Amino acid sequence: MYGSNGRLVGRLYCPMKRDGFFRQCSIVIIFAWLLFFALLPFILVLAGSFLTGSEHEFLSWHFTLQNYADLFQLLYLRIFLRSFYLAGITAIICLILAYPFAYIMSRFSESARLFWMLILIIPFWTNSLMRIYSIIIVIRVKGWLNGFLLWAGLIHQPLHLMYTQTASLIGLVYTLLPFMILPLYANLEKFNWTLLDAARDLGAKQLRRLFKIVIPLTLPGIIAGMLLVLLPAMTIFYVPDILGGAKSLLLGNLIKNQFIEAYNWPLGCAVSVMLTIVMVLMIAFYWKMTTPKERRELM
Amino acid sequence: MSRFLKLSYFTLVFIFLYLPIFIIIVYSFNNANFSALWHGATWKWYRLLFSDSAILSVTGNSLVVGILAATFATVIGTLGAVALFKYHFFGRKLLHGLIFILIIVPDLVFGISLLVLYSTLHIHLGFWTLLLAHVTFCIPFVMVTVYARLKDTNKHLFEAARDLGATELTVFWRIILPLMVPAIMSGWLLSFSLSLDDVIISFFVTGPSFQILPLYIYSLVHVGVTPEVNALVSLTFVATVTIVLTAYYFLRKQHAKMG
Repeated sequence: MYGSNGRLVGRLYCPMKRDGFFRQCSIVIIFAWLLFFALLPFILVLAGSFLTGSEHEFLSWHFTLQNYADLFQLLYLRIFLRSFYLAGITAIICLILAYPFAYIMSRFSESARLFWMLILIIPFWTNSLMRIYSIIIVIRVKGWLNGFLLWAGLIHQPLHLMYTQTASLIGLVYTLLPFMILPLYANLEKFNWTLLDAARDLGAKQLRRLFKIVIPLTLPGIIAGMLLVLLPAMTIFYVPDILGGAKSLLLGNLIKNQFIEAYNWPLGCAVSVMLTIVMVLMIAFYWKMTTPKERRELM
Repeated sequence: MSRFLKLSYFTLVFIFLYLPIFIIIVYSFNNANFSALWHGATWKWYRLLFSDSAILSVTGNSLVVGILAATFATVIGTLGAVALFKYHFFGRKLLHGLIFILIIVPDLVFGISLLVLYSTLHIHLGFWTLLLAHVTFCIPFVMVTVYARLKDTNKHLFEAARDLGATELTVFWRIILPLMVPAIMSGWLLSFSLSLDDVIISFFVTGPSFQILPLYIYSLVHVGVTPEVNALVSLTFVATVTIVLTAYYFLRKQHAKMG
């Protein structure tokens, strides 16, 4: 019985040894990789934010709290506030644009939903820098937008949008809109629409149905979308770089410049740590507002 | 909302999303160097594209990094997802947390973290540092894709195979992998496209010795991007649309057969 099947014999004689090997390999590889390339770098940044640095030696081992004290300079505070403000506006505009869109899409038939989902994702696969760059053609003084608005008689003087915060805002909304649509859509797709019929039968008016049923039940999607839009909005440095010009410097540009131009790595690390703390707070908020089941449905 | 209003809103959002792509394509035919004005149509830029060694070499670099990063990330991520799904081990929660954080953390923070790591270890920035960074940021996306699929499969299949005497390795090779093929493929594709389009992380972790397409374009945006880049991006757009619509066609056919 044992000899006829080599594999069976092998398994019966030393099952633990061979099995344990695969198990250990698979665990060790992923664990080691992420510890070394994810956890360790994050710890180093945290450590770096408490160190001093110079142009010759980016980080040297002298403990200081000066970097955090530096963050409270007016110049930096202004950039923080501007970033939070712009990211907030971006998220709200994205939400307002995305919600009806996700709603309309979620009511399509199943095959239509798959098709439009693909159409929605295709722009992702086209170079994002070039898409932002070509927005210049639309919004510059002699651009398509001004041409259209002048032709339609809505304005009499061309708008000077390039190199303003509004230009950054347009670019950010453009880049991040799909990140708001996707979680909202995932949420609305699973929405039980018979609830609305029930509410109507019980006499609830349209607005009341929206605010008492649809929005509370899609809150996990809304918060997840906000999370996915707010953080990148503060940090995609190439959007303000291309469209906003020097006047609309954001948090992302600040961090980038500390590393690439000013060679003040400790300060760059400190800004990153602050940003990470903001991120953790937002995730904690998301955790508090959603149940594990809702999170599983969205992830 | 009336049906007309809904459809026009839906269309407007899509026009917003596709307008820049339309512009990229239109200007790839513009008969002028940097100008935003229209100077008549030409095929010139497509011809020049294939004799421009600078663009071709950075595109080649991007493709090499994309293919390698996606492949390594898929292998490591698939193994990782299986480990996370099947085994209970010390630090499992930490692993879960790390993956979640890697997905949500802004690219910028991850990019500078790797830069600090490389500089602490005195590693020269170039091909290898870039590749390792790309593999790392792709792994979580592969893991999430494969893990979701694993959760949907019938767990008894694995147990049955074990009872019939298969080793863990055999179960992985003969049962899990074949079942995971669609998830593994989409994980690979997702990684490939993420790697190909990444600007922010790559910006910090590659050196002058190894240039890739997104960074090459980034270096041009202030002086003006040549229409050759438009031509290249237009070609990639046409290729993606073709691939996606073909995939959709086959998916629907398969769906119809099953339903």
